[in-house]
Amino acid sequence: MKDDVQSSDDRRASLKGLGSSRKRVEDARFTQGKGNYVDDIKLDGMLFGDFVRTPYAHARIKSIKTEEALKVPGVLAVLTAADLEPLGLHWMPTLAGDKQMVLADGKVLYQGQEVAFVVATDRYAAADGIEAVEVDYEELPVITDPFEALKTDVVLREDLEPGADGAHGPRKHPNHIFTWEAGEKETTEQVIDAAEVVAEEMVYYHRVHPCPLETCGCVASMDKVNGKLTLYGTFQAPHAIRTVVSLISGIEEHNIRVVSPDIGGGFGNKVGAYPGYVCSVVASIVTGKPVKWIEDRMDNLMTTAFARDYWMKGKISATKEGKITGLWCHTTADHGGFDACADPTKFPAGFMNICTGSYDIPTAYLAVDGVYTNKAPGGVAYRCSFRVTEAAYFIERMIEVLAIELNMDAAELRRINFIKKEQFPYNSALGWEYDSGDYHTAWDKALNAVGYDDLRKEQAQRLEDFKAGKTRKLLGIGLSHFTEIVGAGPVKNCDILGLGMFDSCEIRIHPTGSAIARLGTISQGQGHATTFAQILASEIGLPADSITVEEGDTDTAPYGLGTYGSRSTPVAGAATAMAGRKIRAKAQMIAAFLLEVHDDDVEFDVDRFVVKGAPEKFKTMKEIAFAAYNQAIPGIEPGLEAVSYYDPPNMTYPFGAYICVMELDVDTGEHEIRQFYALDDCGTRINPMIIEGQVHGGVTEALAIAMGQEIAYDELGNVKTGTLMDFFLPTAWETPHYTTDHTVTPSPHHPIGAKGVGESPNVGGVPAFSNAVHDAFRPFGLRHAHMPHDHWRVWKIANDLGLHS
Amino acid sequence: MIPAAFDYHRPTDMAGVLSLLSEHGDDARVMAGGHSLIPLMKLRMADVPHLIDLQDVEGLSGIDVGETIRIGAMVTQADIIDHTGLTASAPILREAALQIADPQVRYMGTVGGNVANGDPGNDMPGLMQCLDAQFTLVGPDGERTVPARDFYEAAYMTERGDEEVLTSVSFAAPKGGYAYEKQKRKIGDYATAASAVQMTKDGGTCTSASIAMTNLSDTPIFSENAGAALAGSTVDETAIKAAVAAALADIDPTEDNRGPVAFKMHVAGVILTRAITRAWSRA
Ligand SMILES: Cc1cc2nc3c(=O)[nH]c(=O)nc-3n(C[C@H](O)[C@H](O)[C@H](O)COP(=O)(O)OP(=O)(O)OC[C@H]3O[C@@H](n4cnc5c(N)ncnc54)[C@H](O)[C@@H]3O)c2cc1C
Repeated sequence: MKDDVQSSDDRRASLKGLGSSRKRVEDARFTQGKGNYVDDIKLDGMLFGDFVRTPYAHARIKSIKTEEALKVPGVLAVLTAADLEPLGLHWMPTLAGDKQMVLADGKVLYQGQEVAFVVATDRYAAADGIEAVEVDYEELPVITDPFEALKTDVVLREDLEPGADGAHGPRKHPNHIFTWEAGEKETTEQVIDAAEVVAEEMVYYHRVHPCPLETCGCVASMDKVNGKLTLYGTFQAPHAIRTVVSLISGIEEHNIRVVSPDIGGGFGNKVGAYPGYVCSVVASIVTGKPVKWIEDRMDNLMTTAFARDYWMKGKISATKEGKITGLWCHTTADHGGFDACADPTKFPAGFMNICTGSYDIPTAYLAVDGVYTNKAPGGVAYRCSFRVTEAAYFIERMIEVLAIELNMDAAELRRINFIKKEQFPYNSALGWEYDSGDYHTAWDKALNAVGYDDLRKEQAQRLEDFKAGKTRKLLGIGLSHFTEIVGAGPVKNCDILGLGMFDSCEIRIHPTGSAIARLGTISQGQGHATTFAQILASEIGLPADSITVEEGDTDTAPYGLGTYGSRSTPVAGAATAMAGRKIRAKAQMIAAFLLEVHDDDVEFDVDRFVVKGAPEKFKTMKEIAFAAYNQAIPGIEPGLEAVSYYDPPNMTYPFGAYICVMELDVDTGEHEIRQFYALDDCGTRINPMIIEGQVHGGVTEALAIAMGQEIAYDELGNVKTGTLMDFFLPTAWETPHYTTDHTVTPSPHHPIGAKGVGESPNVGGVPAFSNAVHDAFRPFGLRHAHMPHDHWRVWKIANDLGLHS
Repeated sequence: MIPAAFDYHRPTDMAGVLSLLSEHGDDARVMAGGHSLIPLMKLRMADVPHLIDLQDVEGLSGIDVGETIRIGAMVTQADIIDHTGLTASAPILREAALQIADPQVRYMGTVGGNVANGDPGNDMPGLMQCLDAQFTLVGPDGERTVPARDFYEAAYMTERGDEEVLTSVSFAAPKGGYAYEKQKRKIGDYATAASAVQMTKDGGTCTSASIAMTNLSDTPIFSENAGAALAGSTVDETAIKAAVAAALADIDPTEDNRGPVAFKMHVAGVILTRAITRAWSRA
């Protein structure tokens, strides 16, 4: 056999396991336009449903007239809250313990809110039907400012008992949702009061939207004969959706099959449950036909799951030498009309308490107040673990402001405050146990790579030239060192709607030595079918090319909590490795039987078990797989399958060092990114090519957020940025070149040491871009200016600093 | 984002177009590339029960380059970019067309649609005013020409009658230096501020200057005073400042997502200064 003469390195390479830049198996279909997305699903007799949406942000509904709409050819039904009420489905629970109207029940709370659901033979008839529904609104005062919301007499949520507690404790005002605290308030305030140096700033992280290329949608198909409901949809958590649908509809869970087909990006937008899902299910039950609902771009931007909108007031204290002594943060969180944040139940502000960042800060305090306003609900983790981007942006801005206060170089300030390598596992003041890290090494590598000292010299020269009138462009050097907290999470403190946040993998090895693995997660472009096969290839010694990875069908996949918060590799990836190890354990017994030695006398070697001390005696995994199906082995069941449900002992803490060099035109506010360097440490690297792709994508979304993307409202609650003309989505034209780099600090508790990477670049990228803008204007006295740094806002910075006169 | 139902007509000659227009009156609209009209129909901001596609209508294409340049209404922005003769004779057209939208839009969007549309964001109207172009219109009463500088009345309101079709634009081959300068937020965006400049020179003196601005009022703005401020000068800093001041006095921008009025006024000045400087360097 050719196999016999191959070195173990060659055999390892041919598996394409861990560390291989294996090409993505998904791309063959995506690049040929052969993906299968929800809107590609066409079932016999399928109907189409779409929403009448309110143009007003806050209004009472006096009447809804549907007669004219029902006369439109092709329109079959118009559902309103009154129709859903007898089923108890006019409201639905949110992931955050609140409830949300499925269809407007007496009033509307934000522009674009769902008022009625028109069911028609096709989407064109539905659109005409929508035009013909007459809704009589009585406008109410609109509250778009969360600070005003806490003062006004205008009560947004009349359905809630004013004085009663919410899902997360006492409410201070009818428009208040919760207060959430971490750390030591008094000690922190004492430390800050007594400190030698204190920097204070209000840091606003504006409202943005994940805006995946594919919008949200579903097809509900109720088979009235066998009582089974099949729900296809853009779900980032198909099993959780199945459970939720069962709980709210009363249909037994075994009669519900949820399928997530190919998903064209999620970024948190597709985690929650939306009125469109409920209405499609009801419409299918009512009509006995499959019903499709697909958002258009404006629906998506205006109504389903925004992100951020955090007003973070901060104080940071230090010694004169720059050693940080305390951090204080009060956040006012604008959650919109309903609290539909997607966070683990015990964390209504997500993991915002990771806001001590990469620094050894002995004392800290965080309080977050959630507030209702007349804006769309959401508050999802847009390409980040729950609120980690907000936390990272906050601390990375506070560090810069402190550096100004100390008149110190911001790179140096970071260095003297980093948690040291030997301090890991590190317990942060706000309650997390950081698993591993080596920040100094990463930081120095990054600064060297960009030639930091030379850049500062160039910047100083540029400043002189600017002052001498030789140029109108400033140079900004944006620094960011971030620490993520991903892989939610340990069941002891992480659940969503009571469902523990473990994840799972089930593997079946076929007799001829290939395999199928099914997971509780669902890829939305991350390349799971590629990387999870690689984890398995290294664990079980079968080539990645011989392993099919399947996700997204709740009838076949084991239960899991889905894909968001960079949790797939840390949790389902761990389950995959653990299930692989179970396979290997059984394979070891089979090999020993075949080789006629004791179990302990064989050892695993890449793709085979060999007899210890006699490498010429071996059985390959392929041979073992066949034996599992054709040999009667005493004491061992036939077959070769395993399943693992993995409850992670801790989160993982990826980190990285990003540096952005930016030119800014003070007259037009335009920017040019000259250099962007991204060093990521995500622990063990499974597929370097995919990591690089994830970093490129994530930094590009960070660029969008920092430099222009925004969901803006006017004072009447109208969305001003509801189309892609105004909502910035970068194209190849706006996207600069990125240099990627890495260090490797494995997670000590993860079976293969991997930490997750998909979201790091967004978390680290936003402060890098934003800090570059701030850094350029630092010599003129700028401390802080809110994002997005689009042309006019950069121009305004310059104008306010007197640079135009 | 789904338009109301409409009838689709595809006549092959102008007579067919005109008879449809007179038959359906307000209910009919012609469509060229559709890249301004269709989005409005999808948003149900334009109600067009009868859509008349101009694609197959004879006599609306072609670019003639001579003393006078004539561009058929159905010539696309991509055609302009690719036309070497036109670029040699009136390079400002290519420079401007390359700054419109993105390649996909430019393959569809036409000169006729762009100038007839009346959207203050369109780049060609200001450009045509700078070039002192004439628009040829055909209607039930025959053909007439209207100067670009007299064509625009307000946003989406033009000199063109409802039953008229714009068949071509024509202008004298421009002389001297040129520049089309545009600031936009991103690819595919309309201008935050844009200006078209043509200048001629004799020795070190500017003999004529033509200046128009885009998306800084509810119509394109041809600033005669700005041009006059440069003519006869050596285009030194003082002259440029005077031209800019004159242009700024003629525009009336409004606040939108691109920024507040003060910003737009400032950027308009910067963009115009750059355009003048570049045009002068090429004169
Ligand atoms: C994403 C995007 C970005 C864009 N960015 C820019 C930009 O930066 N700058 C810019 O200038 N444009 C921009 N456009 C507009 C684009 O250039 C349009 O194509 C152009 O404005 C209209 O040309 P059209 O052939 O598509 O006209 P249509 O959309 O077919 O028609 C527009 C209007 O003109 C009328 N019309 C068309 N042809 C005639 C005719 N021959 N006679 C009489 N009336 C006629 C129509 O009835 C309609 O009212 C953008 C478009 C898109 C979709």
